[in-house]
Amino acid sequence: MPATAPGGVGQLRGEEPFPAAARRALADAQLRRNLGHATATIRAKSGAVIAEVPDWEQLRAAGSAIKADVLARLPELLEQLEARVTAAGGVVHWAADANEANRIVTDLVRATGSDRVIKVKSMATQEIGLNEALEAAGIIPVETDLAELIVQLGDDRPSHILVPAIHRNRAEIREIFLRAMPGVDRALTDEPADLAAAARRFLRQTFLSTSVAVSGANFAVAETGTLAVVESEGNGRMCLTLPETLITVMGVEKVVPTWRDLEVFLQLLPRASTGERMNPYTSMWTGVTPGDGPQAFHLVLLDNGRSAVLADGVGRQALHCIRCSACLNVCPVYERTGGHAYGSVYPGPIGAVLSPQLTGVADNASLPYASSLCGACYDACPVKINIPELLVHLRDQVPHPRGESVAMAAAAYTMDHPALFAAAQRAARLSRLAGRRGRGLPPPLSGWTAGRDLPEPPVETFREWWAKR
Amino acid sequence: MVGEAVSSRDLILGRLRAAIADGTDPVRVPRDYRREGTADLDLLVERLTDYRARVHRVPETAVADTVAGILPASATVVVPPGLSAAWLPPTVTALRDDGLDNARIAAADGVVTAAAVAVVETGTVVLDGSPDQGRRVLSLLPDLHICVVRAAQVVAGVPAALGRLSPHRPLTWISGPSATSDIELNRVEGVHGPRTLHVVLLS
Ligand code: SF4
Repeated sequence: MPATAPGGVGQLRGEEPFPAAARRALADAQLRRNLGHATATIRAKSGAVIAEVPDWEQLRAAGSAIKADVLARLPELLEQLEARVTAAGGVVHWAADANEANRIVTDLVRATGSDRVIKVKSMATQEIGLNEALEAAGIIPVETDLAELIVQLGDDRPSHILVPAIHRNRAEIREIFLRAMPGVDRALTDEPADLAAAARRFLRQTFLSTSVAVSGANFAVAETGTLAVVESEGNGRMCLTLPETLITVMGVEKVVPTWRDLEVFLQLLPRASTGERMNPYTSMWTGVTPGDGPQAFHLVLLDNGRSAVLADGVGRQALHCIRCSACLNVCPVYERTGGHAYGSVYPGPIGAVLSPQLTGVADNASLPYASSLCGACYDACPVKINIPELLVHLRDQVPHPRGESVAMAAAAYTMDHPALFAAAQRAARLSRLAGRRGRGLPPPLSGWTAGRDLPEPPVETFREWWAKR
Repeated sequence: MVGEAVSSRDLILGRLRAAIADGTDPVRVPRDYRREGTADLDLLVERLTDYRARVHRVPETAVADTVAGILPASATVVVPPGLSAAWLPPTVTALRDDGLDNARIAAADGVVTAAAVAVVETGTVVLDGSPDQGRRVLSLLPDLHICVVRAAQVVAGVPAALGRLSPHRPLTWISGPSATSDIELNRVEGVHGPRTLHVVLLS
């Protein structure tokens, strides 16, 4: 029995199935406008900086191969990482699931005597519901990323991996600050610079007076024991530099074999993610450095369902993910339904394949259907995760009507044959031009659309757009 | 689990071993991406500027004057213990770091550091905690950072940069000033780190 992530803790399961949540999101015009703007903007920026790199495809191939190598040797790499981190003065902890990780972190914080921690934005700690666990133990977690702070003060949930508060506009953010930010100036305007300055003032004192920080990690190098965190605002540097104790929670799949492997991912991640040549700040550290930064370092290695994902020969490629969010920004379903509809901290295409695998498909049965199978996510993914293949693979594990299985098999076949796939996309678009929207895809894919609304096909497919560039 | 017969470490490693027990093919990583290139200083200036860093290209003898031009007279700057005294103008008060507390560092008008490496393609400077760069906190709390880069420290791309850096030192990669785009995707500089970054490129 594969050990999936336990229920009742963390944020991998939604309160309602995707179709119901999506319907509400679709009706929210503000959300659709914000998301449409954000995804289009990031998509364009990212496309431009990727076009500058003549060896992008070689980098993608290398990134994908490194991740495949990592998964093939995960136990030995983790043991190596543990040995190196320990040798450099860190302490390594192993957490089988969210409950254990929360317990480990809570105990570590308690041992410092602090009743407050500052946090760097981290998907892993959201996944396990660390903030809720800390609060239950009487410890105040303070999110220091501006967007996460907006989400936290708004008593809200993140809607995008990269820009978690993208569903909020400046007027709403101002209201949230006035309502929930202690000591805020009542004359605060809704200018972004003014709002950011208010957050800076509010957080400065917290940074300087909190002795424990919790972070995630983008990469951990087995060969050297080096951890890396990639960010923009400097809140990450604050948390990684100022406190006496640093606790890093990291999914086991984040390990990379060698120092040199970072040369691949540090090129892929910023360009695919924020559309920058490099993010403003990257911090790397190995254990503790006497006289510089935290003098106590704890690394918590988290399973929480990852071993179950690894056990699936097809599904395991979801563990390649470097959380760049490129697949979200090209996904027509995500663009219209927003992040919350996915129920999990992992929204969009990667969430549709990762969440059901971490929890077991029965607990997230509708997510593999949260996709048009258009293939844009696969094209955009810097580590070449074949998300459409995975979606089809997972749909096979969800109980569903027989007509759908036939349609899915046809879809899988079509996905594997680019010419057919392109033809199907064109057919879908033509059907829209011909005013047949809503009637579904041509056979044999009609078995699929018979059971659900056909998302409006894009005017231009991602592949066509890409080819023109 | 009775008496913690199995540690979580063994449990997780056992699960992971079982998950790949069916045998996975060894993977060969293709490394045919670019690993070398020319350290084009003009392009570095362009990329740094694009990230809203202010760039000054001067000979080494002019560093102090350049710093004087950036900082108002009587400004207080934090400097790492090994920074060349010749880089500091007499017009500023230099606080050499001998374990300064955070409040004093944060109250300074700026910080002057050297760098370990600069990356042309990405417009990045990297600090590695050497004596002329100092503790990580020095370049973090003051609102203005002046970073002096020698031409010989400039490399073309990320692979060359990693090749020159030691993983055993704390590393800070800096590309432009602190920035956020979290409010309606509007870029705002200086959320938490320095609002202003000057790069003094020696050539
Ligand atoms: S699946 Fe690929 S594109 Fe999506 S977030 Fe992960 S790495 Fe990025």
